[in-house]
Amino acid sequence: MESVDLIYKTIYILVIFGITLLIATYSTYAERKVAAFIQDRIGPNRAGPFGLLQPLADAGKMFFKEEFIPAKSNKALFILGPGVAMLIACMSSAVIPFGDMLIIGGREVYLQAIEVNIGLLYVFGVVSLGVYGVMIGGWASNNKFSLLGAIRAASQNISYELAMGLSIIAILMMTGSLSLREIAAQQAGFNWNIWYQPLGFIIFLVCAFAETNRTPFDLPECEAELVGGYHTEYSSMKLGLFLFAEYINIFVASAVMATLYFGAYNFPFMHELGALISDDPVIANNVITILGVVVMFAKIFFFIFFFMWVRWTLPRFRFDQLMKLGWQILIPLAILNIILTGGGILLKDHFFN
Amino acid sequence: MTDSLFFFLASLTLLCALMVVISKNPVHSVLFLILTFFTISGHYILLNAQFLAAVNIIVYAGAIMVLFLFVIMFLNQSQERVRTATISKFAGVTAGGLLFIVLVAALRDASVQTYDPETFDSQIGMVENLGKVLFGDYLLPFELASVLFLVAMVGAVMLGKKEEGEKHF
Repeated sequence: MESVDLIYKTIYILVIFGITLLIATYSTYAERKVAAFIQDRIGPNRAGPFGLLQPLADAGKMFFKEEFIPAKSNKALFILGPGVAMLIACMSSAVIPFGDMLIIGGREVYLQAIEVNIGLLYVFGVVSLGVYGVMIGGWASNNKFSLLGAIRAASQNISYELAMGLSIIAILMMTGSLSLREIAAQQAGFNWNIWYQPLGFIIFLVCAFAETNRTPFDLPECEAELVGGYHTEYSSMKLGLFLFAEYINIFVASAVMATLYFGAYNFPFMHELGALISDDPVIANNVITILGVVVMFAKIFFFIFFFMWVRWTLPRFRFDQLMKLGWQILIPLAILNIILTGGGILLKDHFFN
Repeated sequence: MTDSLFFFLASLTLLCALMVVISKNPVHSVLFLILTFFTISGHYILLNAQFLAAVNIIVYAGAIMVLFLFVIMFLNQSQERVRTATISKFAGVTAGGLLFIVLVAALRDASVQTYDPETFDSQIGMVENLGKVLFGDYLLPFELASVLFLVAMVGAVMLGKKEEGEKHF
């Protein structure tokens, strides 16, 4: 790899990392504002204009709280838990294509941190590791409620990973590639996967809610039954890291949904618009790419809003209902979706070739 | 570069694998086993087998080890140590030593098969090639393995099924 490429990649990775953290920070603010809007309240409005400095105030408060480690807990693992949660949450945005390529001085610059030909499997692998932070933290707390929360998180994640994987397989059958860049490129214009995979998208969406431990599937931190769930014993910024990791997971889940089903950086009439703007292909390409990044983030923000909307609208499931939904409804539906997709592909080959 | 990376990963793998056996706390053992799987995935990536690396992480670290941890967390609530009889320690050492001798004897004359640079394809581990090989040359073993999984699954469902008239809640 050339040194220019290396420097560019380093900068890009740092920028994506910063954006991830920034979005996660302001998700907490957005969550309160959305909750306030839905419940007909005003929400945070004291720190700064419109309460915009509220996340900073929260972080300051978190840092100055007492660091509390329970006696008889496993100290090393107790500290490791939130760290693992945060590390794994930050890993998956590396393969997501936030934009197509820019052409700067004749050099093609892709707006994606690393391109691997198994990008989707990478995301899936990282998501499947996400439960370790919760499990380690919950177990190391030496508290029955924390342990129950951790065990709920484990069983919930394993159950919903299956349905999630099966719903992704239908996408793979259509695109024939595991690379997220390739999947994004195939949805050029308005040719989004959602038109072909509505059932798969609904399954994926439900599973994403369960994987990120969001309402209506936030059983691991169900305060009515488990005090505080897996983070009962946590205080200060260690608790903050757990909560922060959840918001990063929401951001990543939204980005993956936008990439897989909603055309990533593609928007309708993008090529026509490019031809309209300029005759110079380089300028046209760059303008379209930058617009594409804006569109991508608009899609991501919509899904983050959707996560919050659902949280403040739907009540929580019961645990046996959650398991029943995962194993008896979503997995058969996902298998049906695979069969339908396979049949559709065969029919298309038969009639339109 | 690749050489030093290999030796670093290999020593890390051995260290983690040793810690799995040495750790007194079963939860620590499981966590070290997860690290071992990660280092093995690192080896796969060095061998340019990205698909295998990712699947190893998803299946072993992501699913099977979560279940291991799940079970151990349920069992490990009492802090009492398991006492091992002296005779079983001797038996363990003897069996392990014998296995080691057999391994050394078996591997003493073994030679590592080198690859032919003329016909070697560095892309052999990529998903497309792996899929072609699995669904072409090795179709029968692949399908038989899936039938084996199906049988195991049906067996597990049979064992876990509630008896007639049995009610838990």
